[in-house]
Amino acid sequence: MSALPSPDEGLTAAQLAAKYGLAVSGARPPVREYVRQLWGRRHFILAFSRAKLTAQYSQAKLGQLWQVATPLLNAFVYFMIFGVLLNASRGMPKDVYIPFLVTGVFVFTFTQSSVMSGVRAISGNLGLVRALHFPRASLPISFALQQLQQLLYSMLVMFVVVIGFGSYPDASWALIVPVLILQFAFNTGLALVFARAGAKTPDLAQLMPFVMRTWMYASGVMFSIPVFLADKPQWVANVLQWNPAAIYMDLMRFALIEEYGAENLPDHVWAVAGGWALLLAVGGFLYFWKAEERYGRG
Amino acid sequence: MADQVPGQHIPTVIADDVHIVYRVNGAKTGKGSATAALSRMIRRGSDDEARGVRKVHAVRGVSFVAHRGEAIGLIGSNGSGKSTLLRAIAGLLPPESGKVYTDGQPSLLGVNAALMNDLTGERNVILGGLAMGMSREQIKERFQEIVDFSGINEKGDFITLPMRTYSSGMQARLRFSIAAAKDHDVLMIDEALATGDRKFQKRSEERIRELRKHAGTVFLVSHSNKSIRDTCDRVLWLERGELRLDGPTDEVLKEYEKFTGK
Repeated sequence: MSALPSPDEGLTAAQLAAKYGLAVSGARPPVREYVRQLWGRRHFILAFSRAKLTAQYSQAKLGQLWQVATPLLNAFVYFMIFGVLLNASRGMPKDVYIPFLVTGVFVFTFTQSSVMSGVRAISGNLGLVRALHFPRASLPISFALQQLQQLLYSMLVMFVVVIGFGSYPDASWALIVPVLILQFAFNTGLALVFARAGAKTPDLAQLMPFVMRTWMYASGVMFSIPVFLADKPQWVANVLQWNPAAIYMDLMRFALIEEYGAENLPDHVWAVAGGWALLLAVGGFLYFWKAEERYGRG
Repeated sequence: MADQVPGQHIPTVIADDVHIVYRVNGAKTGKGSATAALSRMIRRGSDDEARGVRKVHAVRGVSFVAHRGEAIGLIGSNGSGKSTLLRAIAGLLPPESGKVYTDGQPSLLGVNAALMNDLTGERNVILGGLAMGMSREQIKERFQEIVDFSGINEKGDFITLPMRTYSSGMQARLRFSIAAAKDHDVLMIDEALATGDRKFQKRSEERIRELRKHAGTVFLVSHSNKSIRDTCDRVLWLERGELRLDGPTDEVLKEYEKFTGK
């Protein structure tokens, strides 16, 4: 190129890079910088989650009405099967059991779908990961956010069901907000963990539905753990109820359903709910960040 | 970033012995894939070859230094590793060994993967812009420009319709318009020039020249020797993942044309 010998002659690639302040492409930023980048992408995260949510029903004639109609039909099926056909109440009055069941199903679905979309967050979006630059954590967070918005639609139905069975809005309904925040933090952390695992082992997408279903049955979605274990020592029920899925369900029921009182909650319920949220949100985030530079490798 | 001294070459991209390997799960044998998968799981821990993971060595030991103000063409037959190398420079595909150093954030011209066919063109412009890292204000500022450039609204109010209702040409035009809306330090273009009708092609070539002015360094992958000759002053010729020739456009293209028998 130039006739004169370059002053850079004889430098190794690394020395040359250092001399001109070049950085390694695709290197993992330190965690502080990573958080800053992620914050810079907050509009993308929100827009992406909303776009995914809208795209779901865009081909349907009723369009976005399905956001509410789907959970409504879901609740109706549960009401028909458990309320009318089986007439099951598992030791609870029926006007408590139906809202109990519907609340449980919706709240658990929030965690379940966050995990499932987390598994596919990276492995299902390799095209995006290989085409554009952004902190990869944007994807699982965005998917968890999409599920949160989905839950907010379901909540409308939940309110109808709960009010329909005689629990009217009162001061305890304000607890919905902290419960949702804690569960969202927990779910996001879980989605981050599974996003990394699913990026390495996409087979998890096949396995997880079974794991999640087992978790659902063990968490007391369809029955009340304390009623079920009434003759066992308190600590057994405590341990089962400290399961994060159970705890967010129970707190939501406690907030919404008038006759579902504090006696149904395990000891230290708020501390445990907060602990799970903090543990997963921070731990999941760090775990995901550790592999940042490896996502998208063929 | 070093200050620019006139007459001196400031490196913007340094590739140092870059190797890229793709791993494909379970592609070793066509038959008995279930049993093969099982034996793969059992033999976990032993080396990749034994587990039936096939390795594709796409880029083998490529080194070069690109400087500010250069427009570099990448040529080579299909599957020679051009696009893969671009992704590695952009830091999107981590190299197996070797390193890529860059000044600023190199970006690939392309937002296809971020767009959703079920959304309106309007929302896709916003989503694509955000995905490329533009701020909301920047997008708002450029929105009309993007829509006008794509020419989507020339035949009616199409921008408010879902993208799946567009013809493939219209989709390609909108994608290019969104992608080209941002200025980049190091810009990489992967055969983006071939989209749209003749009129749009001319417009996009102009836009690429404009982007070149703002960008420090431009990489262009193309199979069209003409567009390489028009835009690039240096060419890297890749063949089977190896850098076969690196030099001024005319010299390399002459050799390449001899090689391809044109």
